[in-house]
Amino acid sequence: MPVKRSDKTPMPQRDPTGRAQDFDEVNEGYCFSHAMFEAERCLRCQDPVCMEGCPVRIPISDFVHAIAAGDLARAASILRTANPLPGICGRVCPQESQCELKCHMAKRFGPVAVGHLERFVADWERSQPVGETPPAPWQSARVAVVGSGPAGLVCAGQLARQGYPVTVYEALHAPGGVLRYGIPEFRLPNAILDWEIDALKRLGVEFVNNVIIGKTITLDNLFDRYGFAAVFIGTGAGLPKFLGIPGENLNGVYSANEFLTRINLMQAFQFPEADTPLKVGKRVAVIGSGNTAMDAVRSARRMGAEQALVVYRRSEAEMTARVEEYHHAIEEGVKFHWLTNPVEVIGDDDGWVAGLKCLRMELGEPDESGRARPVPIEGSELVFPVDNVVLSIGTTPNPLLAKTTPGLATHSWGGLVVDEKKGETSRRRVYAGGDAVTGAATVILAAGAGKSAAEAIHQDLSAGL
Amino acid sequence: MAAIQEKRPLTPITKLLRVHAPLIAESANAGQFVIVRVRERGERIPLTITDYDRDRGLVTIVVQEVGVTTRCLGALQEGDEILDIVGPLGEAPQLQPGGHIIGVGGGYGAAALLCLMRERKEQGDRTTVIVGARHKDLLILVDELREVCDNLELCTDDGSAGFKGLVTERLQQLIDGDQSQRPDYVLAIGPMPMMRAVADTTRDTGIATQASLDPLMIDGTGMCGGCRVTIGGEVKFACVDGPFFDAHQVDFDEAVQRSKMYVKEESLAACRQSESGTG
Ligand SMILES: Cc1cc2nc3c(=O)[nH]c(=O)nc-3n(C[C@H](O)[C@H](O)[C@H](O)COP(=O)(O)OP(=O)(O)OC[C@H]3O[C@@H](n4cnc5c(N)ncnc54)[C@H](O)[C@@H]3O)c2cc1C
Ligand SMILES: Cc1cc2nc3c(=O)[nH]c(=O)nc-3n(C[C@H](O)[C@H](O)[C@H](O)COP(=O)(O)OP(=O)(O)OC[C@H]3O[C@@H](n4cnc5c(N)ncnc54)[C@H](O)[C@@H]3O)c2cc1C
Ligand code: SF4
Ligand code: SF4
Ligand code: FES
Repeated sequence: MPVKRSDKTPMPQRDPTGRAQDFDEVNEGYCFSHAMFEAERCLRCQDPVCMEGCPVRIPISDFVHAIAAGDLARAASILRTANPLPGICGRVCPQESQCELKCHMAKRFGPVAVGHLERFVADWERSQPVGETPPAPWQSARVAVVGSGPAGLVCAGQLARQGYPVTVYEALHAPGGVLRYGIPEFRLPNAILDWEIDALKRLGVEFVNNVIIGKTITLDNLFDRYGFAAVFIGTGAGLPKFLGIPGENLNGVYSANEFLTRINLMQAFQFPEADTPLKVGKRVAVIGSGNTAMDAVRSARRMGAEQALVVYRRSEAEMTARVEEYHHAIEEGVKFHWLTNPVEVIGDDDGWVAGLKCLRMELGEPDESGRARPVPIEGSELVFPVDNVVLSIGTTPNPLLAKTTPGLATHSWGGLVVDEKKGETSRRRVYAGGDAVTGAATVILAAGAGKSAAEAIHQDLSAGL
Repeated sequence: MAAIQEKRPLTPITKLLRVHAPLIAESANAGQFVIVRVRERGERIPLTITDYDRDRGLVTIVVQEVGVTTRCLGALQEGDEILDIVGPLGEAPQLQPGGHIIGVGGGYGAAALLCLMRERKEQGDRTTVIVGARHKDLLILVDELREVCDNLELCTDDGSAGFKGLVTERLQQLIDGDQSQRPDYVLAIGPMPMMRAVADTTRDTGIATQASLDPLMIDGTGMCGGCRVTIGGEVKFACVDGPFFDAHQVDFDEAVQRSKMYVKEESLAACRQSESGTG
């Protein structure tokens, strides 16, 4: 096979002016020839270090080689065995700090576009006719999954493939977790999530929305009354943090969770055709620098904000968002104010946001996290005149389930305590994974945790431990 | 999906619905609430659990039609299904049993007091309920309330039934009256101005007073923070920490202001609804 020493094949994407007017997907995906060309750039290394960068160890060179050989069905099956959500991870994984960071091609020509190829294969797979109906579940032990984010979905799918009848309980009226209510359509269309969920339903997984474990049904009752043999908790890290600065409760200040939930889950971008409103003014400031901040600020643009800005107290180097989203945001006209620390939301006479007061910062000595600590520059106060402020400064695990469940141990910061190997919590036969255990992390880590918990559950149940 | 088994109009804009929701009925406590969504692309709105019947799996809600979603809900008939219903949410009020409790209700609050007061009475409290409306025809569930409390006080603005005046005026009389009428606890459920007036009435009396706050909500699980309220200088999420809070500590100015966040959008949506004539 000829080795192509060319640059990474760019992802075709919609024009920034047009795309900032709607919520349709920005990236258009590779066509077949793009994908072939890109796949042929892979060197099929003896030591495929790319794989080490992937938290679920996808045999990258194998699936990429299958693409190059034109065998998309094989590529799809290799991918799915390692990662049950390829169409989603291909879109949202921070590849630049994982698989693609390690790729041998990265330094000289730019890495093989592993994420784009993963997405390509998954999209191809979705366009194929649905296969035969899988067999009905055959195990007698039943498993309950709490929460339908990536951790829960993957755990449910893996168990269903082992023959377990699985019921997924979700607090909201639609499944998917952050994939549904957080990440917007322009990055991850709902149709992709729906396809994955439909595939799980065909495997026999039952989805029960509108049930909050700990409120509607207690964890104990899942065992005692409903007869489940094991429970997996994938309740995520949905509790939004606030800064505690003056003016945070003014009208027009939102947590990113509220802002994005109104748009994604409740479809506020279609108001008044959809019933849930969201008030977005001409100027919106988003505080934070993660994926959530990028999603919020780009959504603000799409909701009509003429000026959309990101304010972050550290520097660009400490930004935690995917690089692609950062670039997309810049292309869409978002302005970034690094080393700028919000100290007060200023209100008008009617109790609405009128401005965001900030202090400029400079980098000082490293702090506990090893990153340079931002320290305020005296007399550097400035006010951005804005109509909305969206806080995107992190989330922690929601205490609701732990609070109502005796004996379910948590760390002081809210994360569930689990044993490293099996993912079992302090309660017997109760396993947990994803953001509920790690704090806010990534889709692929949550998916990986769901997968390994499913293995542990299968082992424990079949050993009758 | 939850089927409406019984529907009863209480006033021209207030409807009582008994809904088949066995999981919620089984775990509900007085004072908790549900969140419903009535149609595709519809809003999620919170409604108090007015009563529950664990044996028959029924939850009673009383809805006052004030906007698009409550009107859609009010338009549903027996046999129709509510698209989504989730709960029970929030916590029951924390008040020690064993005293004289006065529940003050306005609007749908009168209904919300029904099962709360019955449970208090069962726990050994002496119970008084004060409910008010503009006119006697707008008072709701009077017979039911009479059954669950030792003393029912009706107030109307026009004097068409009971005391002529505001619920807080009657409350003041009871506080000032002889020892047997004076409450140990007061619970206020109703429109914000009423709850605020109740808080002001009891503020200097040392009588423990709780208000059931009704901020805008979305998820009801503590995920969005949209329902935040300030209580004694601290930010709380009403859906998980509430809805009951120490009324004397509530920042009512802020709560009132936040409840007006979407007035323009709400009236736009209401106009569209009445123009199109659809629920
Ligand atoms: C806006 C945003 C953008 C992001 N972008 C990216 C990205 O680009 N790339 C990336 O890798 N990661 C991203 N992340 C992080 C990623 O989405 C999360 O790490 C991941 O979704 C965690 O998955 P999870 O299954 O643990 O939980 P979640 O996805 O949070 O799902 C938990 C589910 O459990 C439900 N639940 C909670 N409690 C209960 C209960 N008691 N009973 C029943 N159900 C319950 C919740 O309603 C929710 O649906 C982003 C996060 C956000 C918020
Ligand atoms: C914990 C809780 C329990 C509740 N219990 C009940 C109940 O048992 N019965 C009942 O009828 N209503 C109850 N409410 C209020 C109910 O949720 C609102 O009336 C409803 O959300 C209005 O939706 P809408 O689309 O019909 O009207 P909208 O178009 O949203 O609003 C129409 C008008 O109602 C006002 N309004 C909007 N939201 C609220 C609110 N949360 N509280 C008070 N006024 C509001 C608006 O300012 C506006 O003037 C409760 C609210 C909470 C938070
Ligand atoms: S799952 Fe994520 S990290 Fe793993 S190969 Fe795919 S894009 Fe890379
Ligand atoms: S490191 Fe890069 S070039 Fe080597 S096998 Fe992996 S993807 Fe291919
Ligand atoms: S309604 Fe979202 S946190 Fe309370």
